[in-house]
Amino acid sequence: MTKSNSHKVGIIGVGYTPSTPLSPSRSYKEMVFDAAVRAYCDAGIEFSEIQSFVSCSEDFLEGTSIFDEYTPDQLGAALKPVHTISADGIFGVAAAYMQILTGRFDIIAVEAHSKASNIVDIEEIDSLALDPIYNRPLGLNPHFILGLEMARFCHETKTSPEDCARVVVKNRRNALDHPFAPFASNLSIKDVARSPVISEPLRELDVARHSDGACVVVLSSASAAKKMKKYPVWITGVGWSSDAPSLETREWGRPLYAELAGAMAFKMAGMKNPRKAIDFLEIDDTASYKELQHLEALGMCRRGEAKTLLRRGETQRDGSMPVNPSGGSLGLGHLLEATGLYRVAEACEQLRGFAGRRQVKGAKSGLVMSWRGIPATSGAVAVLEI
Amino acid sequence: MELKGKPLTDEEFRKGKVITVPWNPKAMYEWDTGTAMGRYLDGMKQGKIIGVQCHKCRRIMVPPRDFCELCFRNVDEYTEIKDTGSVNTFSICNVSWDMKRISSPLIPAVIELDGASEGMGIMHLLGEVDPKSVTRGMKVKAVWKPAQEREGAITDIRYFKPL
Amino acid sequence: MPDVAIIGAGTTRFMRRSLETGKELSYEAAKMALDSAGLTLKDIQAVCMGTAPDAFDGLHMKGEYLLDGAGGFGKPYMRGYVGGGTGVFAPIQGWYHVASGLFDICLVVCEEKMSSCQPHPQGAFLTIFDHTTERPLGPNLLWIFALEMNRYMTTYGIQKKDIALVSVKNKKNAMDNPIAQLPMEITVDDVLKSEVLAWPVQRLDVSPTSDGAAAIVLASEKVARKLTNKPVWIQGVGWSLDTSYWTDKDLCYPRYVEKAARMAYGMAGVKEPKKEINVVEPYDPFDYKELHHLEGLLLCDKGDAPRITADGVTQRNGNMPACPSGGLLGCGNPIAASGLMKISEIFYQLRGEAGKRQVPGKPLRGLAQAWGDLMQVGTVVVMGVDKPRAKGKKAR
Repeated sequence: MTKSNSHKVGIIGVGYTPSTPLSPSRSYKEMVFDAAVRAYCDAGIEFSEIQSFVSCSEDFLEGTSIFDEYTPDQLGAALKPVHTISADGIFGVAAAYMQILTGRFDIIAVEAHSKASNIVDIEEIDSLALDPIYNRPLGLNPHFILGLEMARFCHETKTSPEDCARVVVKNRRNALDHPFAPFASNLSIKDVARSPVISEPLRELDVARHSDGACVVVLSSASAAKKMKKYPVWITGVGWSSDAPSLETREWGRPLYAELAGAMAFKMAGMKNPRKAIDFLEIDDTASYKELQHLEALGMCRRGEAKTLLRRGETQRDGSMPVNPSGGSLGLGHLLEATGLYRVAEACEQLRGFAGRRQVKGAKSGLVMSWRGIPATSGAVAVLEI
Repeated sequence: MELKGKPLTDEEFRKGKVITVPWNPKAMYEWDTGTAMGRYLDGMKQGKIIGVQCHKCRRIMVPPRDFCELCFRNVDEYTEIKDTGSVNTFSICNVSWDMKRISSPLIPAVIELDGASEGMGIMHLLGEVDPKSVTRGMKVKAVWKPAQEREGAITDIRYFKPL
Repeated sequence: MPDVAIIGAGTTRFMRRSLETGKELSYEAAKMALDSAGLTLKDIQAVCMGTAPDAFDGLHMKGEYLLDGAGGFGKPYMRGYVGGGTGVFAPIQGWYHVASGLFDICLVVCEEKMSSCQPHPQGAFLTIFDHTTERPLGPNLLWIFALEMNRYMTTYGIQKKDIALVSVKNKKNAMDNPIAQLPMEITVDDVLKSEVLAWPVQRLDVSPTSDGAAAIVLASEKVARKLTNKPVWIQGVGWSLDTSYWTDKDLCYPRYVEKAARMAYGMAGVKEPKKEINVVEPYDPFDYKELHHLEGLLLCDKGDAPRITADGVTQRNGNMPACPSGGLLGCGNPIAASGLMKISEIFYQLRGEAGKRQVPGKPLRGLAQAWGDLMQVGTVVVMGVDKPRAKGKKAR
């Protein structure tokens, strides 16, 4: 893909509701409406100007089959081209990005939300994602997959559980600067190490806790943005990929999906040296070790080097490679399929210079990355530049 | 071109000629009713049907919603809708939700409620009526459960019966 | 923005219950499509998967589970989802993958394995209804179809016997389709005497639940021309999703199908669909739906579809052949796969490769349409032997 696409599509508006562990006063429709109103206002557009909509959801997370039925009204999208993708918000951004590049659409809204609090037992739902013949009958708590992966990754890269705990400490402290991060706190490595074991070596505090929230992002073609006199955050590259769906055929230490998605996005963005070119990253940390695993897989550092950067403070907000300055999922909460979209919104705030106490100084380019969660091996990446 | 796909008969399946792995999903949810549905269900408990009005498009809508989906703005007021209406369309159903034969048919219908804008309806059941005599346009009224049995659910209305 | 063509297709048998798992069904269809295009998986740059509710399979993130069967390993893989409309939406998603310029070759796979759901797949549809305002009433999916069919009949004074003609036609057409699940020669009387499930819906008005998969290969113009001398061009696409408040609108007309059709016609530069569409595969999960959709697609006037059916216009040798494949009524309804099967049928028809199902007269332009959700989704693809005309309209 040539560089000529790199300034063709941008983000002109973001809107989101506070991430919160419970949200009884607003139904999912109302929450998405709240986010959409903010996003359209931020973009300076009327809802009627939006030509296509992408929503990101999975039926079993909502408790409703064919959930896309219930997506248009709260976006102002009734009788418009709307479709759902069964994937995370960054995949949604990629879908909208492609639609704009066809030349048939100028303004597209992408939506994702989480009502994790409405799921009585989310681990039962996670179990339903396991292979029904080979894996589910074992009757294990699906977090065993994280445990296996963490053990393998740590072994292959000589990363210690303490290093992983360090990620938790960093991100939850970063979240203290976030106006609504529900899991912001001042933890120590010992706190993490003392938390109950879920699936050795994975401990309770290694895993992001669930939260509710809705996020809407508005994309625009360059020509429409210019007409509207808007300065978009450019999407200079997108990438997404899946690798082995079954547990038995995957590489436990290496998230191949992240390598492939990253490579695709960097190629599109014309970045030969992402380590130099990217000013900050918002990447999946729904489990502590994942941040390190993804950092290496994206090629931001060598294999085994992520822990070193972390120990040296390089991935702190004021370091040479700020990772998850927002507080990540560990701080903001696991927002199901909205996770990646919240990071996109956060990255936009960073690039516009609106990130307040979380601001990474001089941020001109950011990378956002999401992973779909156990047991999937799918992830998406977007490179954003101002 | 060679045809792909090997059909199994019901017998092969039920008599265990193929290996199957059963699973009973435990997928349980407690949905937040939020602002609009919360008021609708509160109304149900009180024996009232609540709707909303958008002053821009002037529609009076039921079921109520926090925002008008056509105008994309918050609705302006909540209002009580009558519990009478007319049958927009109906069916006479001889099977349960999971395709078992039922002895007395269910009569689902879309009922346009009086007090709401034209065409505004809710789905519910008809009762105390001979299925053969149901017609489009028929006037009906809600039959409510007694107050102490109402829970704040759509089933607080047992069914609609002819006026 | 490159023009996009379909260069290969494959469909498995549609069966009430298949031995194959969902992964295997996906694989079979994908492999057939690749073989027919003369390609291998290595040539595929992106994969789009379409598969309807996870509830049938009891599999959360079903798209992830199916991805190896669909050829998505190590590739950009995306699953789009618009309920029943998915089968015609998946190629639209594939279209924007290629038309964006990001990919030259995209594989689109649609799969459904409804038989896993016990005791009857129909039960899974309970969960499509609104959890607060509708589910407590214990609705069967048949309810909304029956309610809509009744509204359509009473609005235009249509009789069951007029509608039954569609079931007779499609099940007979299916006898020439090797993949069909329920091909049969029936009469209007057979339909009228069949078991009343939810009046006015009777057993022979309904397409059966099914297992099956279908796949197509899409390519950009420069690649398509190298691989085949008979590319079938995607001239226009359209999709529209109506409000979830289905009880607040008049069910006698599918306005969302019209919206989708207009978008597709606009892009394709079709100004007089009745004249310019030579063969059509409208979505026919129930017989009256074919009529409903022919009107929504602007291929006949409102309320007039029963008359043109009775006049034989929609027979294979008529002026507007509809469901020459046998449709869902004849072939079966593995939801997403059936929509893609319709796309494949138009593909074969436009290439003159539909064998016994071929409509005479060398059709130049065809249309496949699917419907979905609670009377909400219209997805339309207009295909032709000629490239799309240069200045199609932007979506509005």
